[in-house]
Amino acid sequence: MQQLVLLGAEAIAQGALDAGISGVYAYPGTPSTEITEYIQKNRLAREKGIHSQWSANEKTAMESALGMSYAGKRAIVCMKHVGLNVAADGFINAAITGSGGGLIVAVADDPSMHSSQNEQDSRFYADFALLPVFEPTTQQEAYDMVFAGFELSEKYGLPVMMRITTRLSHSRASVKTREVLNQNQLKLPEDPRQFVLLPSIARKRYKRLLELQAALLKESENSGFNPDQPGNDHSLGIIACGIAFNYVQENYPSGIPYPVLKISQYPAPIEKVRKLTETCKSILVLEEGYPLLENGLRGLLNNNPIPIHGRLDGSVPRDGELTPDIVANALGIETKSGPAIPEFLANRPPSMCKGCSHIDTYYALIDALKPFGSGRTFSDIGCYALGALPPFEAINSCVDMGASITMAKGAADAGLIPAIAVIGDSTFTHSGMTGLLDAVNENSPITVIISDNETTGMTGGQTSAAYGRLESICLGIGVPANHLRLIIPLRKNHEANVAIISEELNHHGVSVIISRRECIQTAVKHKKVHNS
Amino acid sequence: MKTDIILAGVGGQGILTIAAAIGFASLYENKFVKQSEVHGMSQRGGAVQSHLRISDNPIASDLIPLGNADLILSVEPMEALRYLPYLAKQGWVVTNSVPFENITDYPSISRIKDELRALPNSVWLNADQLAQDCQSPKSSNIVMLGAASEHLGLSMDSLRAGVEQVFSRKGKDVVDANFRAFETGRKFTSKLQIN
Ligand SMILES: Cc1ncc(C[n+]2csc(CCOP(=O)(O)OP(=O)(O)O)c2C)c(N)n1
Repeated sequence: MQQLVLLGAEAIAQGALDAGISGVYAYPGTPSTEITEYIQKNRLAREKGIHSQWSANEKTAMESALGMSYAGKRAIVCMKHVGLNVAADGFINAAITGSGGGLIVAVADDPSMHSSQNEQDSRFYADFALLPVFEPTTQQEAYDMVFAGFELSEKYGLPVMMRITTRLSHSRASVKTREVLNQNQLKLPEDPRQFVLLPSIARKRYKRLLELQAALLKESENSGFNPDQPGNDHSLGIIACGIAFNYVQENYPSGIPYPVLKISQYPAPIEKVRKLTETCKSILVLEEGYPLLENGLRGLLNNNPIPIHGRLDGSVPRDGELTPDIVANALGIETKSGPAIPEFLANRPPSMCKGCSHIDTYYALIDALKPFGSGRTFSDIGCYALGALPPFEAINSCVDMGASITMAKGAADAGLIPAIAVIGDSTFTHSGMTGLLDAVNENSPITVIISDNETTGMTGGQTSAAYGRLESICLGIGVPANHLRLIIPLRKNHEANVAIISEELNHHGVSVIISRRECIQTAVKHKKVHNS
Repeated sequence: MKTDIILAGVGGQGILTIAAAIGFASLYENKFVKQSEVHGMSQRGGAVQSHLRISDNPIASDLIPLGNADLILSVEPMEALRYLPYLAKQGWVVTNSVPFENITDYPSISRIKDELRALPNSVWLNADQLAQDCQSPKSSNIVMLGAASEHLGLSMDSLRAGVEQVFSRKGKDVVDANFRAFETGRKFTSKLQIN
């Protein structure tokens, strides 16, 4: 047993190691990346042969973790919130199959969109899938909940979601660790058809899932993670989910005057909620995310005997993460503020690094596109998405991983010819390859630029799944060899690169141009390792 | 005793190293610590901050409420201003004077300086120069830590131990360079206010 100072993400990782996982499966994504990286760096984990290599995307990660669970061992799969969209098919159906060895799906949401396209709330997915959720309030709880999560998972044979948000994931505090558990033995499912979701079996499995709901609810009612504390002032009752509880406490340093129910395990403990509503004159619901509970509590008709406050009546802003000040305002507590920010202060948006290969790729593309006009470049998720900002303003879309190639295809189908896709190497293997196959099958007039910096740059330089194999993958998918081109994005090659891109833009069919130069950040790291 | 600190800078300037040193120092004194960091997209040349809270009692929120920071420690002058709403009435702003100009509309440095001068408690220093002067050119962030060391509610010994712990993996020379940087910063502020 030790005392460690850990990020919330790292607390989950340490918890998983100590709770006897045999593998972590993940695709990087802020704010979830540090869970897997912590396990990858752990010497003991390496010695025990715990799987920790990155997966190609969240779906492959989810399914591999399910496979490990099928074989009786404990597994954790980690992703950012939008990653769960990619893994959703596996996730929802894993609720129907159920699990074998304990299975935790750790999802990190990003309210306020610090590093994301949206701020979707993963608790809705768990609700939809009928699976339990743990939502830690502190780093210590994050650690402890991994143990509780695996226990619950193995008790009911169901995957369990662990939901955190950016703030907890990226905040450090002290964590006490527990005795380390052994890994499970290899063990096949008792029912050989458990994982065979043919309709006749799936119907039975689904009924079982429905039947388990009452027991899961009972677990939540009795859970130590859902404590209710009394208060003298019954004019208000507070429901605080996960990290929201911290902000309530922060605002009452000498004790909270109102009754409070903290919810960190779902399905929400209905009896405890009922008790609170029956003894208080109004309710404030504080959720770090969408108004899931608040919505349920209000009901469709919102004709409750007592007022319910939260994100839906404006007591709390409808979007964005919570802060101590937002919660203070909702509680009618006066807030302070230091001097205002001077109006001359400039914003400092993120930008591509000096010397970044994407920069030279964009300059070449911009020049090659001049005869065709702008408005035809579909891009994707990664550092190169910063090409939307000045001075480049070179891209017209950035939607979800892989959408560059497929949107370009659709636009070309509509008559926007040529249409261009700009996609990173990691994003290409994550979900660009299947779209490229669609384009090849119809020989769509699109030019795909794979801006290959040989790493997963945006999330901190993780390995790229098809490092060194992009050409063979493209050829294998069916891209004609004479329209698979390689350029090296350097200023000295500018004219030559513009010429090559122009040639392919004029080709009425699928072309792929791989623009390859190592990410400047990983190059510096490699140099350091090499020199030392 | 409770100290709320905002660390400010631009992605890649080393504020997390400062945070780590203060964090270790706080643990030597058996204090509670919460430290919220920025990872991800903003690390690409964007504005980054860290909320660091140190207390004798358990800490609830990972974020510092507005108007509560005892110290804004910034390794970049304009970034110091970005977090002024967090500053407590009697709080300190200690900032490096060397701008990081990766944008085209960077305001004039004299306006920034005037703004800071108008505050009751501020320190303005050229940490890059001071780091050069003490032969620790890579340690301007630790010069800044030294310059703010009086406002952290921690002993100098703990802070030195914190610095040592952060750099010990990199060998004695690196530790010594950072000790020099720390002392240089510390001596600088013990002598003056903004000029
Ligand atoms: C579904 C999904 N998973 C993960 C992410 C997080 N993410 C954003 S950019 C990125 C890396 C992209 O790498 P690459 O395509 O190689 O481009 P680079 O950043 O290296 O330029 C990742 C993993 C995301 N936004 N969406």
